[in-house]
Amino acid sequence: MKIGVLALHGAVIEHIQILRAIGVEPVPVRLPEDLEGISGLILPGGESTTMRKLVARWGLREPIMALARSGAPILGTCAGMIIVAMEIAGGDEPVFPLLDVTVERNAFGRQLDSFETDLAMPILGDRPVHAIFIRAPIIERVGPGVEVLARLPDQRVVAVRQRNVIAIAFHPELAGETRIHRLVATMAAEYAEPGEGTEAAGTEPWSFGEVT
Amino acid sequence: MTAETSTWATKKGLAQMLKGGVIMDVVTPEHAKIAEDAGACAVMALERVPSDIRAAGGVARMSDPEMIEGIMAAVSIPVMAKARIGHFVEAQVLEALGVDYIDESEVLTPADETNHIDKHAFKVPFVCGCRNLGEALRRINEGAAMIRTKGEAGTGDIVEAVRHIRILMSEIRRLQSMREDELFVAAKEMDAPYDLVKQVAAEGRLPVVNFVAGGIAIPADAALAMQLGAEGVFVGSGIFKSENPRKTAEAIVQATLHFDNPKIIAEVSKGLGSPMRGIAAATIPEAERLAVRGW
Repeated sequence: MKIGVLALHGAVIEHIQILRAIGVEPVPVRLPEDLEGISGLILPGGESTTMRKLVARWGLREPIMALARSGAPILGTCAGMIIVAMEIAGGDEPVFPLLDVTVERNAFGRQLDSFETDLAMPILGDRPVHAIFIRAPIIERVGPGVEVLARLPDQRVVAVRQRNVIAIAFHPELAGETRIHRLVATMAAEYAEPGEGTEAAGTEPWSFGEVT
Repeated sequence: MTAETSTWATKKGLAQMLKGGVIMDVVTPEHAKIAEDAGACAVMALERVPSDIRAAGGVARMSDPEMIEGIMAAVSIPVMAKARIGHFVEAQVLEALGVDYIDESEVLTPADETNHIDKHAFKVPFVCGCRNLGEALRRINEGAAMIRTKGEAGTGDIVEAVRHIRILMSEIRRLQSMREDELFVAAKEMDAPYDLVKQVAAEGRLPVVNFVAGGIAIPADAALAMQLGAEGVFVGSGIFKSENPRKTAEAIVQATLHFDNPKIIAEVSKGLGSPMRGIAAATIPEAERLAVRGW
């Protein structure tokens, strides 16, 4: 099974390495034809303004919207979360309006306010996730039908899911965290072969393996 | 659950987020907007682009804080600014302004001919230049969270950038081919900390992100740097000294992304007008070369 990683710019290789580590074949996506045959797509961290430009320039908007509408899992981390939001605070046009939330860019401030912490994320099990936030966005408004997956201690929302779309404000790919990618791989396997179960990731999807 | 700011992971991580992108030198908020609109992943705020620094001569220092703040206010992408080599007070000032990255840069006139800045002492991350692996690892040991191989800034001549990325990459490959008991001498010979040498030998790459800088003037220059192993590029004078900065900036962004696709590089290179005129690096006397600064 193949999962694509939008490879216009940003933390692409980090996601590719995690996909390889869990036994999924990663496909870097730079042009529409690269989407052929993939069962899910990861939108990595980077600069959302840069990605917005490049998505438009290379005609990726419509084919990626179609892939998402067909039910393939989409995971956005950091900038990836911004580009899947239906609304961006400050009035920027959405890029892939898939998730009924409002995000605020650079919500914590500049680089000096970047931080790391541990967060509870019950969908992944009891062990907390190590969350690295870099010039990170935040979810200001959660629409109906959007499930909150993680909050900061002050209750601000930093991870959500709406059907096949998962968005996370931090960087699991920088912390060797594989559980989120395993979840996406499980969803991708279900998308690729409905009803066929969850053999995709090669191991039990809920096992707590880590990349070393 | 405590939150920790300015950790090594966040410092190094911001550079990881810039990979595959173009960081552009800008001297005004208007330039910064053009760079952002063209798809730059970050901008470097400075008072004069390197070719003007070269032409003006004299002492090149940190930029006016007001000008840096103007650029920070104009764009939402990360803003970097340059401090002189060893000038830790300029770095303190830039940190106080809240810039996202500091470039301890040979393009400015060095303030210390022995010591670089102790970059571990800062909350803001640093990028530093190198000409070879030893220099890169010395900078990382001092706390640099990102490296750029140096070219000869302000020339529009890619030759020095090519020289240095080739040296860096071949030295990494050489370490990978060595027996473990040979790494001690390798570390001694390149004047680099043994632990970092050992890490590079094991991983086959620098412990931090590496961009190429200096002399990039056309899209093919950026793609050449990428094919030689750069993880992104800095473009200084090459954009705003060209006939059509907006188009040149966009084309360099596209060529950096599609660096291994010559058809796309050909397409984006069409009709850009004249690139910056440039100076052949080989004609520059030793004393006026910037890349040799750094110890």
